[in-house]
Amino acid sequence: MNRFDYVRPNTVAEAVQALGADPQARFIAGGTNLIDLMKYDVERPGRLIDITRLPLRDIVEHDGGLRIGALVTNATVAYDVRIKERYPLLSSAILAGASAQLRNAASTGGNLLQRTRCYYFYDTATPCNKREPGTGCGAIGGVNRIHAILGASEHCIATHPSDMAVALAALEAVVQVSGPNGDRAIPLAEFHRLPGDDPARDTNLAPGEIIVAVDLPAKSFATNFTYLKLRDRLSYAFALVSVAAALELDGETIRTARLALGGVAHKPWRNTEAEGLLQGKPATRETYQTAAELILAEAKPQSTNGFKIELARRAIVRGLEQAAAGTPQSQSDKRIQ
Amino acid sequence: MTVQFSPAAGRDRFVGTPVSRVDGPAKVTGLAKYAGEFAAPDLAYGVVVSSAIAKGRIESIDAAAAEAVPGVVKVITHENRPATSQKPEDYQDAVAPPGAPFQALANDKIVFSGQPVALVVADDFETARYAASLVKVEYEAAAPLTDVAAQAGAAYDPPMKRNGIKPPPEPWGDAAGALDGAEIRVNGQYRMADEHHNPMEPHASTVVVEKDGTYTVYDKIQGVSNTHDYIAGAFGLKPEQVRVLNPYLGGGFGSGLRPQYQLFLAMLAAKDLGRSVRVTLTRDQMWSFTYRSEAIQTVSLGADRSGKLQALKHDAVQGTSTYEDYQEVVVNWSGVLYDCDNVALTYRITQLDTPTPGDMRAPGAVTGVYAIETAMDELAYASGQDPVQLRLKNYTEGDQTEDKPFGSKELREAFRQGAERFGWASRKPEPRSMREGRELVGWGMATGIWESMMMQSSARAVLGADGRLEVGNQTGDIGTGTYTILTQIAADTLGLPLDHVTTKLGDTTLAQAPVAGGSWTAASSGTAVMKACRDIAEQAFKLARGMDNSPLANVDFERAVFTDGRIEVSGDPSKSVALTDVMRATGTEKLEATAEAAPDKDFEEQFNAYTHSAIFAEVKIDEELGVVRCTRVVSAIAAGKVLNPKTARSQILGGVVMGIGSALHEESMLDHRIGRFMNHNLGEYHVPVHADIPDIDVIFVDEEDKANPLGVKGLGEIGIVGVAAAIANAVFHATGKRIRHLPITIDKVLGEG
Repeated sequence: MNRFDYVRPNTVAEAVQALGADPQARFIAGGTNLIDLMKYDVERPGRLIDITRLPLRDIVEHDGGLRIGALVTNATVAYDVRIKERYPLLSSAILAGASAQLRNAASTGGNLLQRTRCYYFYDTATPCNKREPGTGCGAIGGVNRIHAILGASEHCIATHPSDMAVALAALEAVVQVSGPNGDRAIPLAEFHRLPGDDPARDTNLAPGEIIVAVDLPAKSFATNFTYLKLRDRLSYAFALVSVAAALELDGETIRTARLALGGVAHKPWRNTEAEGLLQGKPATRETYQTAAELILAEAKPQSTNGFKIELARRAIVRGLEQAAAGTPQSQSDKRIQ
Repeated sequence: MTVQFSPAAGRDRFVGTPVSRVDGPAKVTGLAKYAGEFAAPDLAYGVVVSSAIAKGRIESIDAAAAEAVPGVVKVITHENRPATSQKPEDYQDAVAPPGAPFQALANDKIVFSGQPVALVVADDFETARYAASLVKVEYEAAAPLTDVAAQAGAAYDPPMKRNGIKPPPEPWGDAAGALDGAEIRVNGQYRMADEHHNPMEPHASTVVVEKDGTYTVYDKIQGVSNTHDYIAGAFGLKPEQVRVLNPYLGGGFGSGLRPQYQLFLAMLAAKDLGRSVRVTLTRDQMWSFTYRSEAIQTVSLGADRSGKLQALKHDAVQGTSTYEDYQEVVVNWSGVLYDCDNVALTYRITQLDTPTPGDMRAPGAVTGVYAIETAMDELAYASGQDPVQLRLKNYTEGDQTEDKPFGSKELREAFRQGAERFGWASRKPEPRSMREGRELVGWGMATGIWESMMMQSSARAVLGADGRLEVGNQTGDIGTGTYTILTQIAADTLGLPLDHVTTKLGDTTLAQAPVAGGSWTAASSGTAVMKACRDIAEQAFKLARGMDNSPLANVDFERAVFTDGRIEVSGDPSKSVALTDVMRATGTEKLEATAEAAPDKDFEEQFNAYTHSAIFAEVKIDEELGVVRCTRVVSAIAAGKVLNPKTARSQILGGVVMGIGSALHEESMLDHRIGRFMNHNLGEYHVPVHADIPDIDVIFVDEEDKANPLGVKGLGEIGIVGVAAAIANAVFHATGKRIRHLPITIDKVLGEG
């Protein structure tokens, strides 16, 4: 871990200014990921900008939906009565991740900005284009059973580890950011990016920008949803594959479908074509299988993660079945129905 | 040979009862200190720089930037490190395998990934850690060989056998011929994963330089004598110049048996600088020494139609390092467990560019019993036998590998009680025949076995005039409850209340005792403490009988009963005297005794001693998604006398949890291209978490054993052995798919196995 300066702004404007003055600085809120990365010498910021004093800790009604301040902790979001009642998919996804202790510290904005859990990214003794552009990708041809099957590139096969972001993608949340050129809104689906030839960049945040809030639209899918998370132990592990599924049904017919996958790509994976295909169709296993085939048509295995393609196919089908039946995965004992 | 517990001295008041840990309050209040927590004036902190390559040599080390950081005291590398002993044997600790033990910073050669290449010493930890990140090392890398399957062809029978590890027995009968002629044959290759111990407490050493030039060393070790002798040898010190302490261990599981490189480096720096130094390893550095190395195993069984074994072959090839021939007992268990006339067992090792593997909870048995107990399950299906019945049909009353009867073996009773508690009788034998909703349900079982051992050990006891007793020796309480059981034994032997007894462990100024491992501590240290206390009882009795108007006049020691702080006459409690009165009346300040305990040679000549278990497991599997949940485990243990049902149960619970990890989760993943374990943190190396652990039901069946006067056989290892097989067998029962490669993860359930 390197030595660093520390500043603590009190307003968003001051925070933006502080980052503008030192582009190598890093914002720190819960620190649940950044501190680990600093201990591993993966991140070596010369300055930490402590944003925990910024007034971004409220969840408020907004445009028929809710606006979640960037500093609201994951635990607060997951247990907020409005979230639980109106956006149980989001609550479930958050509770599927990390541990109670981490969720108490981790912030909404920080969750979106957490880095990949690729082994090679964390290990400075190995090459990694995300950590050190141009050194190559250690995971390709290496230990990669947890890596991407969709949207990867020859430069990077890392996945984004967030569960919360997968639910937010399905809910069509919008990320509110503030920066040197003012405020702007980024749809969640466009917030994270694919690695391409620039895997060092995880998101489409412009230099100097800070997340101030995440907006949940009015449509909340409170009845027919699931967050199905499949992993190497029943709790406290990152997803091999996760599925956020949300449906609106007219009897046996799908009126609206939202589907996002975690653990399979460099970003929460949404395929609106597949969602469109589901709409107006009967809520049956055959329908779900067709959607799964479409989503995974372009999937590509690495040396040891080929099972994730079949697993994702099955998880999509099960996720849609769970959503249609109103039997989401339990996040207390992790039971899957 | 006596069976009863100390017949002439105290009554069993605390022994056999669920006394809570006497060290519990110290641990939960933080008063208990661990090796990396002891303070010293002017303590310096060392941080290890680890090798980025697995094989090759260091071309250059540039430490200038690190040395320039204010607060850095010294950067020690192979280029500037002070000399230590040149003799490899000086580095061979008490449990070392044959070979030349690894010496940190000895030269420019790299023999495993993560090998220490520099120690940065600074005035504070943060400075040392920062400066360590500035050390630039250039390597000349060679291609490492770390794949045990790929290296199996180069396997060899180790020319020097490891002390205390029985090589496979000579084959008996004609296994190959009998296999050819058998009506029923099963044959399989069984694989596991490399596993790392990962105790909660990382390895750490604090070396304190005392004013008189001696060293006080706090080391994460399972027995202080091992650290003491290692330091004295490697650094050319006289025994009295080194005192080693380790009162508590935050988990070891075998990783703390041998002195590790952080100790060597802390001592090297402290001696060089004349200043106290602490070195604590990081979690990822916990992957840079000792691990349970995978063995590639093949088991072939031949049987008649009834399932009676006619042939048994078990072969294993296990990984070791390039510099030591690590060995453990992997295949012998197959010969000990079953009655069979034609048996051939082989064990070979092959060299890998990794650190030397090491003992990890039930070393060898976890590996070998997984294979034989899975193969026996396969035989149960092939012969149409119930798995329990098959084992009863092949039950043996003796150890065929050495032609000796067992001192005790209540495995039949363990099968009976375990099966009853589990409800085994209502199992439907066909695979895929039990289902609950979307989940397939599987019931599997297996046998566990571990050798019951005792080591030469001593203990000292001191009774003060106030009636308070102190007992102790050098052995470590590695979290098993040793402090507690020794306190119980001492209290009962002298008839004292528990709170009048203090047990001290883990200090080389105490009576000699070996490392705590192999499940031998209760038998070894327990017997020694009992004998020392009994010696004090005899001394006190003599003093009491000599008192004026003694109520014990003309009474033999055999009739004396020690109870409630008094000596009373058996059958006549009206005649008694308080120990404190004896001390006062005779002007005795204290009574002292040191006693030796050693294995009973007569017993060892006649019998072999093993603990056994019957494990029953239930799994529920969402077959479509490949998700396996272990939902129930019953573990029935036959392991002699239970000194403390509470700490004993905890031992078995911990073993079962670790066994579930071995079956379903634990796997250190090597990138063979670079010879490096890649998932070197507890986020990605999966040990079971609460959600993975079901109700675990522990049964201790009655078993009388005569190997030692306490009747104990040890519990530290037996809880884990066989658990992985029981779960793997349950997975087969649920799915009809035989997965012969642990851990059983989603990809294997979905795939070909």
